[in-house]
Amino acid sequence: MTSDLRQALLHSDPSLSRFNPLERILFYDDFNQGMQGWTALIGNYEDSLDSMLPEYRDIRPPMLSNLSMWDSGTVGTLTGNYALKLATRPRPDSISVGIKRMTFRHAGPIRLEAFFTFKPEATELRLAETDVRAVGVLFDLQVSDRTIENPLRVMPHIRYLNALDGKAVERWQYKSERMSMYEIGGSGKTRSHFHLAPEGWADLPGGDQRLCYNEIATKHNWYYLRLDFDLETMSYLGLQCNDRVFEVSDIEPMQIPAMPNLWCMLNSFFWVESDCDSRAFLYLDSVLLSAEMGE
Amino acid sequence: MIMRQSATATVELNTEWRGKFTAEPFEVAWASEAIYFIRALESEGVPGGVNARVQISPDGMHWCDEGTLVPLPSAPGTAYARVTHFGGWLRLEGELPNGAHMKVIVHLVLKS
Repeated sequence: MTSDLRQALLHSDPSLSRFNPLERILFYDDFNQGMQGWTALIGNYEDSLDSMLPEYRDIRPPMLSNLSMWDSGTVGTLTGNYALKLATRPRPDSISVGIKRMTFRHAGPIRLEAFFTFKPEATELRLAETDVRAVGVLFDLQVSDRTIENPLRVMPHIRYLNALDGKAVERWQYKSERMSMYEIGGSGKTRSHFHLAPEGWADLPGGDQRLCYNEIATKHNWYYLRLDFDLETMSYLGLQCNDRVFEVSDIEPMQIPAMPNLWCMLNSFFWVESDCDSRAFLYLDSVLLSAEMGE
Repeated sequence: MIMRQSATATVELNTEWRGKFTAEPFEVAWASEAIYFIRALESEGVPGGVNARVQISPDGMHWCDEGTLVPLPSAPGTAYARVTHFGGWLRLEGELPNGAHMKVIVHLVLKS
């Protein structure tokens, strides 16, 4: 298919025209159709759930939301009625994660695109624009089992730090720093590290961005996000939010030695963190993962 | 025939309950039927006849008893209750007697 014909077909499809996918669409998730394989993140354990690292014990699961507000009624989504919603507990440091797990067939560029928005629970009649600490996106990747030299598990983490300790920050950050790895249980086969810990984040150069928060907690404006990564060189290729394209060529993803059973892993995550005693909500209208064609 | 949507949410996992407790709210507007399962991993000092109450809400913040009760297991085991016509939100609320404690997994099984 010629590039012009492909572009014409994409742009004539109302559901895909707002995306800019690479050659092969690996998945396109419209949450009006259901959960679409997005599930909760669970920490590793052996024999007992008590063996899980403490930070993993209460990670909240995703749900489907029609964004119904106490004052204005149902907001709905950008393209329908239901969004994938991540909701924390009403306490600082609480986190909710949605994950979709697959593997890759071609070690080339990949592109994750999404339309998202975030708000705190509207429990108080105030702006509450600093209640949500952060929203983030990450890949959890591991090289092919045929990699001979220095096989790695690679975890590019990007978050939008909206606020910290009640003060607005409004800046994109990344994390290269490795978190401590712990043995879980007694078999010697299970290990775990809490890679979403609040420590180790660095500011993305030029990464300040003010979004359309839009006043009170019950108004929602959808944002466009694009994260590009190269599975061959295991390096960042691009980051875009709305009209801003950020320079990411100088930042490094988190890297750890390859693990025994994760070859060709391609996991995509979104998460939200609360900064206070209100629930923090991240909503995803739709998500598209695409890749270079390969074989 | 369009296949019905279904989803199971683990709304509490290995959660300790003492005194008053609330299972986290869950949005269920897309579903028309639900089953709450309470699996007691541990249950000490919980007499028979103690229940969790199913609650509904217009906005996830203001809650009313729906009328359905989920019995709380007085020993490790699983109990359930079925719920229908619940609008957009569901949660559980209850209270254990003094000195009682449970460690629970709460599943919410939803179908369109």
